Amino acid sequence: MTEPIPSAAETSPAAPVLTLEDVHVRYGGSHILQDVSFDVPATGVTALLGRNGVGKTTTLRSIIGLAPRSGRILLEGNEIQDRTTARIVRGGIGYVPEDREVFGGLTVDENLRLVDPDRGVDAPVVARLFPDLVSRRGQRAGTLSGGEQQMVALARVLLRDNVLLLVDEPTKGLAPKLVTEVADVLAEVARSTPILLVEQNLPLVRRIADRVVVLDAGAVVHRGAAADLVADADLTRELLGVSMRREGAA
Amino acid sequence: MTSPTDHLTHTHPSSVTPGGKEESTMTPVASGEARPGWRRLLRVLPAVVVLAVLAYLPYLPVEVPGVLPGRVNGPGSMQLLATCLVIGGIALSYDVLFGRTGLLSFGHALFVAAGSYLLTISLSTWSLPLSLAVLVALALSTVLALVVGAIALRVGGIAFAMVTLAFAQAASIIVMRNPGGVTGGEEGRPLDRVAVPDLLVGVANAPYRYWLALGFVVVAWVAVTLLVRSRAGHAMAAVRENEQRASVLGFGTYRVKLLAIVVGSFLGALGGVVHALVLGGSNPHLTTSEFTLSLLVMVVLGGAGSRWGALVGGVLYTYADARLVEVSNAPFLQDLPVVVRQVLSQPLFILGVFFVVVVYFAPSGLTGLGGRLIRRSGSR
Amino acid sequence: MSDLVLLLVTGLGLGALYFIAASGLSLIYGLMGVLNFAHGVFMTAGAYASWLTMGALPVEWPVAVRLVVGVLVAVAVGAVVGLVVEVVLIRPLYRHHIQQVLVTVGLSLAGVAAAQGIWGADPRPVEKPGWMSGTTVVLGARLPNDRFVYVLVAVALFAGLLALLHLTRLGLVIRAGVENRTMVEALGINVHRTFTIVFALGGAAAGLAGVLYSQYAGSVSPAQGSSLLIFAFIVVVIGGTGSLAGTAVAAVVVGLVQQLANYYAASGVGDLSVVLLLALVLLLRPTSLKGATA
Repeated sequence: MTEPIPSAAETSPAAPVLTLEDVHVRYGGSHILQDVSFDVPATGVTALLGRNGVGKTTTLRSIIGLAPRSGRILLEGNEIQDRTTARIVRGGIGYVPEDREVFGGLTVDENLRLVDPDRGVDAPVVARLFPDLVSRRGQRAGTLSGGEQQMVALARVLLRDNVLLLVDEPTKGLAPKLVTEVADVLAEVARSTPILLVEQNLPLVRRIADRVVVLDAGAVVHRGAAADLVADADLTRELLGVSMRREGAA
Repeated sequence: MTSPTDHLTHTHPSSVTPGGKEESTMTPVASGEARPGWRRLLRVLPAVVVLAVLAYLPYLPVEVPGVLPGRVNGPGSMQLLATCLVIGGIALSYDVLFGRTGLLSFGHALFVAAGSYLLTISLSTWSLPLSLAVLVALALSTVLALVVGAIALRVGGIAFAMVTLAFAQAASIIVMRNPGGVTGGEEGRPLDRVAVPDLLVGVANAPYRYWLALGFVVVAWVAVTLLVRSRAGHAMAAVRENEQRASVLGFGTYRVKLLAIVVGSFLGALGGVVHALVLGGSNPHLTTSEFTLSLLVMVVLGGAGSRWGALVGGVLYTYADARLVEVSNAPFLQDLPVVVRQVLSQPLFILGVFFVVVVYFAPSGLTGLGGRLIRRSGSR
Repeated sequence: MSDLVLLLVTGLGLGALYFIAASGLSLIYGLMGVLNFAHGVFMTAGAYASWLTMGALPVEWPVAVRLVVGVLVAVAVGAVVGLVVEVVLIRPLYRHHIQQVLVTVGLSLAGVAAAQGIWGADPRPVEKPGWMSGTTVVLGARLPNDRFVYVLVAVALFAGLLALLHLTRLGLVIRAGVENRTMVEALGINVHRTFTIVFALGGAAAGLAGVLYSQYAGSVSPAQGSSLLIFAFIVVVIGGTGSLAGTAVAAVVVGLVQQLANYYAASGVGDLSVVLLLALVLLLRPTSLKGATA
């Protein structure tokens, strides 16, 4: 198992960590992703936005190999579209799915030991970012609150050395205080590892994302700096169907 | 809870949801009236020709060495062909569940056996006249299907398969136990010859039993055709393709599935009645899990979700099961080791292996394969 | 009183056999979503492997020793058959659950037919160690000794599987996979290797079940595995899939119900009451099978 460690010498700042070229996803009769192409730069947070059902989750799942796809997907210049999910993940992509999907019958420690058999909850990164989990090591993950489950889902991914994280709606259904906590963790992680983030919460996008990719009906319709989109209320409404101000008030 | 995109991982696009491949025959015919009359005629022509040829067979005094025992219209051949047709029709009834609605039931034999045994019991034990006995057999079997279906449908997918299997097994146990002497246990229950018309009894009347079997196939064929084109048929197809989406579209999926079980079981019970008349009694083999599994094998072999597929699968399977024994005596096999010949002498071994091969390499069944070959050669 | 003790012990013995047969099935189904119809053939393979081994060993050896060797061979044969079936037939159809079921159906038909072709359809008697044919008197009841063996083996298997599930890395992956195998893969764990190991384990347990069932029946026959398989299915459904403890409880309940009904009602009623029990469980507790849809 090779664990690619990105170094400044190998990866020039301009080179994207992930590239999607003409990615299509067809399921049954429906064509869910149609010719999706975009780059994820090797630093900071790239937010993947769009209305409900435009294919954001499917895009993440196609990258990780959980959705049947065609087209080219490059991780640090290497084609990964023919690899199995487990190999893609071991190759350095961490995936935090929508709805957390922690193993409810397993303890917090066991959830983490799946990824890091030797250290589990004792890994330094857990103590640094998720101190609450250490005290709950023996508790079944299914009995944790939504916010704590999200922490488990993030922690178990961070136990690996990743070159990219895919994070799908990490604040969905969380109380405002927890949203802030999750955002803090993501911002901290993004200082060392690039993140491709699917998120509905625009204030949070404004806070931590550097750039945005907007999908509509299974295709990319906008690419640009996060600040530009957020500053343009008309564009936001046109692309996302929401008013920034109303979201901001929520 | 499953996430809305979960289906992406569970069902590969190329996966064979049962019957999902027969798009051409399945796409609901855009109302027959709009179609010019001659084209409609062209569509039913193959079926009519096949029917005419089959109906004429009892007048054909030729021998087909190696294929049929004796003359085509001899009693041996007639009985074999009649059995093939009955089982073909029963396979057609099973396809209503498996191919049309996507229900992996392992309990269909229960209803076939119910039709068969209730007929013989009505005639012999309850001394009913034939017409009434048929009605009683069909009515009771349908009620049975309603009850068993209502319970089994409380679970879905593969657990449904296990539960239906368990119910069928219970029936098998009852039949073997021979309660009150009505089922005849392992011996089965012979048909009361006095109670049925003379035309259906005796070696010389094999052609009439053959025509009866052919009539059953026609009834089942027409019933399935009408069902598939009806609103209920469209709902079944919707459930098969994507149960979640169907329920979102407002189909009561539980009712649709129950309807499929009841209709399929009614036709299966009718098949059981005809089976008893054609073979002169009820055989406990009809109740075994092996028979249920063989129905599944027939439908998949022929091509699930297609009338021709189920029918051809049922007929070929029954024919092969009856005739493959000859294979082990074939001269070219005599040089093989004894063990290999012993294994090859078992029709079910050959059919089982062939079935696995078909699942791998021709997932749309033999008729699907044939259709593809015809289309390919036609496009050249 | 002595009747009841006898019934409880024989019912427990039967339940033990059901557990051994169902444990592998439940693990395979829970983890992989594969309803393994070939499990019956695995059992038949184990039974015949043991029968052939016992026949091939020197007659001077005590029957018990030959039986132990036969059991070891049967377990090995079951494991190898399970491994080969998974790698060659099941794995290429990964995620195509219906086709996986169909392949195992074909295998079960072909396997039984092959055994029938080679050894004939009639049951062949198996040798039973003298002590296992005898009885022990407890509380006035003459209890057949072989039932104690089945219960002991089942308890050992249960403890061993529990230890495997809760004390090893493989067990952790299996438990996680039973909950959500897609997510296990998405954490970078090669779940396919686990599938293969679990199939081999299930095959080994099936081989063991096959030998013990042939001891129980006093003979081997091609269709033996299939009849045991149906009760194993019922146990899996009642116990809830992927739960070893649930499987154990269900196996004991099914065994007891069957014995008690056979004695207090009429012979043969036991099998029916088991199916009735299944219907009741489904009507009262349909949610226990949530994981089983799909």
